[in-house]
Amino acid sequence: MSAMVKSEGVHKSFGALEVLKGIDLEVKSGEVFCLIGPSGSGKSTFLRCINHLEKINAGRLYVDGELVGYRQKGDKLYELKDSEVALQRRDIGMVFQRFNLFPHMTAVENVMEAPIQVKGASRAQARERARELLERVGLADKAGSYPAQLSGGQQQRVAIARALAMDPKLMLFDEPTSALDPELVGDVLDVMRDLAESGMTMVVVTHEMGFAREVGDSLVFMDGGVVVESGNPRDVLTNPQHERTQSFLSKVL
Amino acid sequence: MTDKFDKEPADASPPASTAIAPEAIKAIPVRHYGRYVSAVVVLALVALLINAFATAEKIQWDAVGDKLFDSTVLAGAGRTLLISVLAMIVGVVLGIVLAVMRLSKNPVTSWVAWAYIWFFRGTPVYVQLLLWFNLALIFPMLNLGPIYKDEMTDVMTPFMCALLGLGLNEAAYMAEICRAGLMAVDEGQTEAAHALGMSHGKTLRRIVIPQAMRVIVPPTGNEFINMLKTSSLVYAVTYNELLRATSTIGSTSYAVMEMLFVASIWYLVMTSIFSVFQYYLERRYARGTLRQLPPTPWQKIKANMLSLGRERGAA
Repeated sequence: MSAMVKSEGVHKSFGALEVLKGIDLEVKSGEVFCLIGPSGSGKSTFLRCINHLEKINAGRLYVDGELVGYRQKGDKLYELKDSEVALQRRDIGMVFQRFNLFPHMTAVENVMEAPIQVKGASRAQARERARELLERVGLADKAGSYPAQLSGGQQQRVAIARALAMDPKLMLFDEPTSALDPELVGDVLDVMRDLAESGMTMVVVTHEMGFAREVGDSLVFMDGGVVVESGNPRDVLTNPQHERTQSFLSKVL
Repeated sequence: MTDKFDKEPADASPPASTAIAPEAIKAIPVRHYGRYVSAVVVLALVALLINAFATAEKIQWDAVGDKLFDSTVLAGAGRTLLISVLAMIVGVVLGIVLAVMRLSKNPVTSWVAWAYIWFFRGTPVYVQLLLWFNLALIFPMLNLGPIYKDEMTDVMTPFMCALLGLGLNEAAYMAEICRAGLMAVDEGQTEAAHALGMSHGKTLRRIVIPQAMRVIVPPTGNEFINMLKTSSLVYAVTYNELLRATSTIGSTSYAVMEMLFVASIWYLVMTSIFSVFQYYLERRYARGTLRQLPPTPWQKIKANMLSLGRERGAA
């Protein structure tokens, strides 16, 4: 399998604070790649670097073989124009911790928006596809509801449908269940599991160790801006080698 | 009701009924004597005030009635409305431009917008009107090179003075309102739109501005209602709006106060109409942020009629 995401020595600083101190990893096409670690470890920042919501300060980041946010010509690096960055992002879906649905649009309009505005799909076409996707996430009956009328779990499932509407080749999940009531987590995880089974490449920042163990193909434990341990989720979670991983897992499991 | 007889004793048995539903509380409500007293005092004062006006011999009430629909007065009210609408359009358009300039990453445009807002908010609109009115004192000719050249006094008609004075002043306030609106939209919205591959322009137009409108519309409505009243200041630049029209009649017919009443009535009519209009506009932009839209006044009246017979709460 080829690499969908390839990270080489990625550094990221916010002012004087260095959040990522050299991340090297590879996400294979079709796999579910879980990122775990304590808060402030840089896992969410790294995820946001993948679709260039954050600019990296050093290193190289590739998605599907393409350099993210820059163009390399000889040994010179050129920043991409906003429109070119937008073009790269079309193929990368993202799901946020706080859902970030558009509150002034109904569920189905949320899902239709990007295909119409970005891909130039017709309204009828976009609506039909949006309805399919809402049905897939189990919310066919909520198409006409505004986000404020939906529960957190329903909003997050709409957000997943919205990302899928762009037919991405890669999906990024930034703690998708962290803002949910415990009893609503299961619905969202079910949708994600379903998506994983369909062969979608997924990078998931999560605190759901059960999901990581069950669905994940690879797992990385990050702390202090570096990758501490990585491997098969079942191995890492049941038999962590590193001391830091052990103490983290003993607190969350 | 069921006519099954054997059910009756079971329902009536005391332990069962208390366990199912405790008796509703029937307590004597607290009497708020202070409220009764204050209501009487306030009503008495209002009655005195009305009486003073109604019985004042010097007020020619029929003059108010006669002149209310006088063609000069109506024309003045029309001009007040016209100058308010036009000045507001200038203010909104320029205000949006200034807000975007102010939020721009370009320090030059941001600074220029800041300086504009600083000047036009920092000086009284009355002074600004007089500045436009007297512009010919320092620039006798308006010379825009090959495009336009004319005497300044010909360009700066009372109408132009009023439009520029009110409009440019309003732009400074609108800029701050728009800026607050744009900044009030959660950054996650921009991120979500960008993550979907939407461009800056589309994100602004489709996602940010519609949400900013909810924050921008209510104060803009207030601004317009203020504008209707502030426009009376263009009296100073001899634009013949409502106040000037009524005052002219007032001073020639020795009915100064009566004509001020006429002006007040028309200002109240205009501000009231736009207040209602604004209410429905706000309601429209609340869509999606409230789970349930607030009732319209008509719906409220209907609801109140229904609950009229019932006892009111502590309120």
